[in-house]
Amino acid sequence: MPLLSVRNLDVCYGVISALQEVSLEINRGEIVTLIGSNGAGKTTLLRTISALVRPRRGAIFFNDVEITRLAPHEIVRRGVCHVPEGRQIFANLTVHENLLLGGYQERDANRIRASLDRCFSLFPVLAERREQRAGTLSGGEQQMLAIGRALMSKPQLLLLDEPSLGLAPLIVRKIFQIIREINAEGTTVFLVEQNAHMALTVAHRAYVLQTGRVIKSDVASNLLQDPEVKKAYLGG
Amino acid sequence: MTQLIQTLTDGIAVGSLYALIALGYTLVYGILQFINFAHSDVFALGAWLSFTIATWFGLAAGSGATTPPWYIGLAVLALAMIGCGIVGFLIERLAYKPLRAAPRLNVLITAIGVSLLLENVGQLEGMFRGHHFKIFGPYPKAMPALIPDRVLLHFAAVQFRLVDAVVLGTALFLMVAIQWLVFRTRLGMAMRAVSFNHNSAALMGINVSRIISATFVLGSMLAAAAGFLYAMKYAQLKQTADNVWVLLGLKAFVAAVVGGIGNIRGAMLGGIFIGLIEFFGVAYLSDKYRDVYVFSLLIIVLLVRPSGILGKATVEKV
Repeated sequence: MPLLSVRNLDVCYGVISALQEVSLEINRGEIVTLIGSNGAGKTTLLRTISALVRPRRGAIFFNDVEITRLAPHEIVRRGVCHVPEGRQIFANLTVHENLLLGGYQERDANRIRASLDRCFSLFPVLAERREQRAGTLSGGEQQMLAIGRALMSKPQLLLLDEPSLGLAPLIVRKIFQIIREINAEGTTVFLVEQNAHMALTVAHRAYVLQTGRVIKSDVASNLLQDPEVKKAYLGG
Repeated sequence: MTQLIQTLTDGIAVGSLYALIALGYTLVYGILQFINFAHSDVFALGAWLSFTIATWFGLAAGSGATTPPWYIGLAVLALAMIGCGIVGFLIERLAYKPLRAAPRLNVLITAIGVSLLLENVGQLEGMFRGHHFKIFGPYPKAMPALIPDRVLLHFAAVQFRLVDAVVLGTALFLMVAIQWLVFRTRLGMAMRAVSFNHNSAALMGINVSRIISATFVLGSMLAAAAGFLYAMKYAQLKQTADNVWVLLGLKAFVAAVVGGIGNIRGAMLGGIFIGLIEFFGVAYLSDKYRDVYVFSLLIIVLLVRPSGILGKATVEKV
């Protein structure tokens, strides 16, 4: 039984079709990546899973329960947490408040403290910046905050939208290292990336999205060798 | 000297009422980026509900009437706040929520519609299927006194009355309470997150609709308290469609803008500031231009510092 199953999803923005008959599955414990060029519909897929966008057709199942018609906060409660593109941290709130918001649904003070501690051990820099306004952090620190904030709700499935966007190569490597660690600790990861090489290196399996359709899916290491993928997404 | 101190106390007392109403405008603006023009009517409703509830307790205005024990006043205040809270909840649910995805102009026009509805429904009185019914009726009414008319403090010829102390004390208490709620509680943190960005807040597991409802309920409760206190200070209640309510609401709106719309401390500061400007203008310049001072200030602020005293200039990031 897959953890997340997307079945024949169609999404439109007005008359413009963004996703067509997209189906994919993510198994517990995996890192699955979705690669594709700008405008292929990667972000739309994540936003549909999180219920920020309503599909026209198709269904989404999580743990074999349909979640297609739920509100965004109910999706979070079921254990799916989305780190949106561009991080979307609460810039005028402190780092600490941002993290507390990540654990908004948890009311037990002890568990909140445990999540905070775990987050600070993953990202020691956030502990140093705890009382600072989140808007004053560097890009890399903001990305760490966004991931740490998502982990506060102890999700079963973490949706990551372009975590490497606008970051220096060294920071990107560090972020991917952390994604591996998070996965090793038992969180399933669905990673959307334009940095296809990095994404395929870290992922177990991958889907390729082109103008709203899944055109390929395979084990990540196979796709790294695939001539078409190499040509289109890996720079030759 | 006497006049100075008297003007100061009056200005601050009335200003604190503006501040309470301004908080409602600013809280809603912070979260939905629109001006709830029905807010001044919720304020009028607060005053009229206080009157109605007081009559339920068997109280009446008049020179022979004795003032009831203090807890009756508190009960009237609490019930009026609850009543307005419910009305605020319903306004949002029935009028604004269906327009969540609509252009902001539609919501604004709807707000004016809700405002007219409340004003006119409040005045209803008549016969329906042989039964006489009345909401508040089309005539002004005198609010029963809930607070003993006592002078607390004589200073030269200045009289500091118990009513002023109650108005100021209650208003300050509520302002501290809302400040605590917004900056120190889980609900307040969620409100600040929603005001930053609805989608990001939803991804945190926050039920955005519920937070919006809570904001309307809170704002309406503060308006109700302001209405109650206003009726304590000025016992002659004009009918709900009277201009006086709209004007008071507008001045509170000016207070919110002057302080920096969306900013909670700004609304409080703006309210007191507007109250002082109004009363000093009346006392030292001319009482014919009471409203002119306030709206001139609005023009000046919009020219010199459009984001308000405490507001920050917003930069749209793309």
